[in-house]
Amino acid sequence: MTTQTSTDLLTVGDLVVDYGSRGETTHAVRGVSFAVPRGAIVAIVGESGSGKSTISQSLVRSLPAGGSIVAGSIVFDGRDLAQLPERALRRIRGAEIGFVPQDPSNSLNPLLRVGEQIAETLRLHKKLSRADAAAEAVRILDEVGIPNPAARAAQFPHELSGGMKQRVLIGMAWACSPQLVIADEPTSALDVTVQRHVLDRLESLARERGTSVLLVTHDLAVAADRADLIIVMQQGRIVETGTARDVLGTPSHAYTRELVAAAPGLSSARLVPSVVSAEPREALTLGFRPGGPVERPETILEVSDLTKTFVLRTAGVAESFTAADRISFEIPRGSTFSIVGESGSGKTTTARMVARITDADSGSIRFDGEDITALRGEGLRQLRRRIQVVYQNPFGSLDPTMSVTRIVTEPLRAFGIGSTAQRAETARALLHAVRLDPSLAERRPTQLSGGQRQRVAIARALALGPELLVLDEPVSALDVSVQEQILQLLVDLQAEFGLSYLFISHDLGVIRQVSDRIAVMQRGVMVEQGAARILLANPTEQYTRELLEAIPGRRRP
Amino acid sequence: MRLLRQPGIVLSALVILLTVAVMLWPTLFATHDPYEGVAVDRLQGPNGTYLFGTDHLGRDLYSRVVYGAFLSLASAGTAVLVGVVVGAVVGLLSGFVGGRVDFVIMRFVDVLIAVPSILLALIVVASLGFGPWAVALGVGLGAAGSFTRIMRSQVVRVRNEEYVEAARTLGVRWPSILFSHILPNSARPVIAYAALELGTAILAVSALSFLGFGAQPPEPEWGALVSAGRDFVSTAWWLSVIPGIVILVIVLAVNRLARAIGENR
Repeated sequence: MTTQTSTDLLTVGDLVVDYGSRGETTHAVRGVSFAVPRGAIVAIVGESGSGKSTISQSLVRSLPAGGSIVAGSIVFDGRDLAQLPERALRRIRGAEIGFVPQDPSNSLNPLLRVGEQIAETLRLHKKLSRADAAAEAVRILDEVGIPNPAARAAQFPHELSGGMKQRVLIGMAWACSPQLVIADEPTSALDVTVQRHVLDRLESLARERGTSVLLVTHDLAVAADRADLIIVMQQGRIVETGTARDVLGTPSHAYTRELVAAAPGLSSARLVPSVVSAEPREALTLGFRPGGPVERPETILEVSDLTKTFVLRTAGVAESFTAADRISFEIPRGSTFSIVGESGSGKTTTARMVARITDADSGSIRFDGEDITALRGEGLRQLRRRIQVVYQNPFGSLDPTMSVTRIVTEPLRAFGIGSTAQRAETARALLHAVRLDPSLAERRPTQLSGGQRQRVAIARALALGPELLVLDEPVSALDVSVQEQILQLLVDLQAEFGLSYLFISHDLGVIRQVSDRIAVMQRGVMVEQGAARILLANPTEQYTRELLEAIPGRRRP
Repeated sequence: MRLLRQPGIVLSALVILLTVAVMLWPTLFATHDPYEGVAVDRLQGPNGTYLFGTDHLGRDLYSRVVYGAFLSLASAGTAVLVGVVVGAVVGLLSGFVGGRVDFVIMRFVDVLIAVPSILLALIVVASLGFGPWAVALGVGLGAAGSFTRIMRSQVVRVRNEEYVEAARTLGVRWPSILFSHILPNSARPVIAYAALELGTAILAVSALSFLGFGAQPPEPEWGALVSAGRDFVSTAWWLSVIPGIVILVIVLAVNRLARAIGENR
């Protein structure tokens, strides 16, 4: 693979990249060789820490501080970029190699009009005159599918949506007709439907112009849809290389098989509980209260006409914005009700109202037959024992100064349950329940991985023996294979403890793995809801169909 | 451990260790009685018997500096403690309660910070009476404004952290959230600033003693030593210069170490 042939635009041979900080060296990339053929889209797939982004940064030697190329060659169009002097390299960046960055919101200069930003690149590398560059910039905006390009060119980045900004950046990457474009997670900051449009644009530009693209992504399904060749990385090494069809159809490496199985877009069935423990639920934690023989309503949560309006003040003008508009739904006991929608659809606001974090303007929430809409003070505090929340970001929801044991037992302390020794015992049982190694009990959250942190957060939510868990994007901050494990854990725990879930996600692929019923939200309105199987098979709303089509991994087997 | 490779930091740490030892066990270091002089040996320059020389009453300057360490450093330490405690409590309250209370407290703090802290200390000393502890209280209150501001900004930041909201949804009561989440997560910058403030406090305490508001003769407080030496500066330079150098060295050592702590967070 390392031999240069005329069909390969870029050849990387035995690349080794180290990060050194405080006298310690980490090997981010450990001897990687691959080639990018002319006109091909090559995807590097891997989880965080696999070294995939390090590769894309080292190709043009723009590694962050502390990173250095230790060995290897990067031959681009006959020149070794690893050896080239900085001056020569600067001429290649932007002109011959374009970039599409990960986060469009940080990559445009907020003080310059978008047209001017594209024109600047053109003047710099193509030596166009001011007027020509401006006209060309408008043409480029049109090419990347931005409606009304002349007007948009005169706008500032903050006036554009995330998807449009990313299209502007794609336009900039292609502005000087480069031979290679490096796109590092170009759509992970975008909503799913937007993601699809942006990737469509990127792919069509590449095909029309014959540009080679190196697409770095954590999402195997995205790679499967777009790439000719897929490179799978794990811990700084390439574990598998091949055509998209081969890698996905007949993965030869165990890790690839794991990734393929975990990709939410590629598997569709609802997960089934893997083990049903025979242990009685009282044994798990002091927090559980005996169920008693009392007749319980079959519906654990009943929400009707819930409405929330926020007042936004921009430049002194008050503008009201309805985040949730007359939302109604029911959750049968022991089942999972999911709300799917894009950012700004009001799904999180709805969840926060149910969890009684945000107060509703009107409407009612009935939990276990009791109206909890206006519960306050001690009554509300007692309700917390029965409704618990798991947050999206396991890096923010755990206090960094506390040990895992203290975090998990905090709710017990808050309600004065058990002695210190009993609580320690419960902590061990809870960690066991979320399949977390007991040796981690005294660690602090910063010493844990994202998946481990989310397990701690789930253990904490279980400590009081709740009946309803509100899960607000519980896996969207995690790597795909970890996502799969957490979803499986949630399904297992539901079977074990008879929990009911309100599950919030932007990812329909994740949703269909856990849901019994699904509701679709768009701009504060619940446009459609129904049983998962029926809704996914026969969506009645156009928007639901769009969301379904946006799930990557549908184009190829 | 990386710190130990920087000679400046190692030296600073040694200076501080030595100072603390001198402060706690002056008898081990002193060579003469700090209060009783030998009249014949008055105004001698530094020599083998009298390391730092003697004053106009024949007292050994070295032993006086040794015995003065406790007064000087303990009142500086007290000053910082007063500043931290007052600042932390007021800042915590201000940041946590928010709203109008916060507004009023912070405007008051703005005024406090606008007035030079040595002037504030003077006002306190003038109303409480002279003496090292009044000076400590004065310097401490003078510094409390900055501590309040730092604490408050931290509390406002931590208050909006997701884990605070998470604790609330777990049913944790507000007082408990305050002490188990907000305080531990806000304390670090305050502690780093306290270390930095110690150097300033040593200087301020010495300055006030130099002006005669602190320890009174015959107490060998460092600022007072420098002040007493002024009358003999043309004939016996060491009386002012040596205590001055001691103050300088210790303040530099404290600042270097405090900066190292701050950077290493």
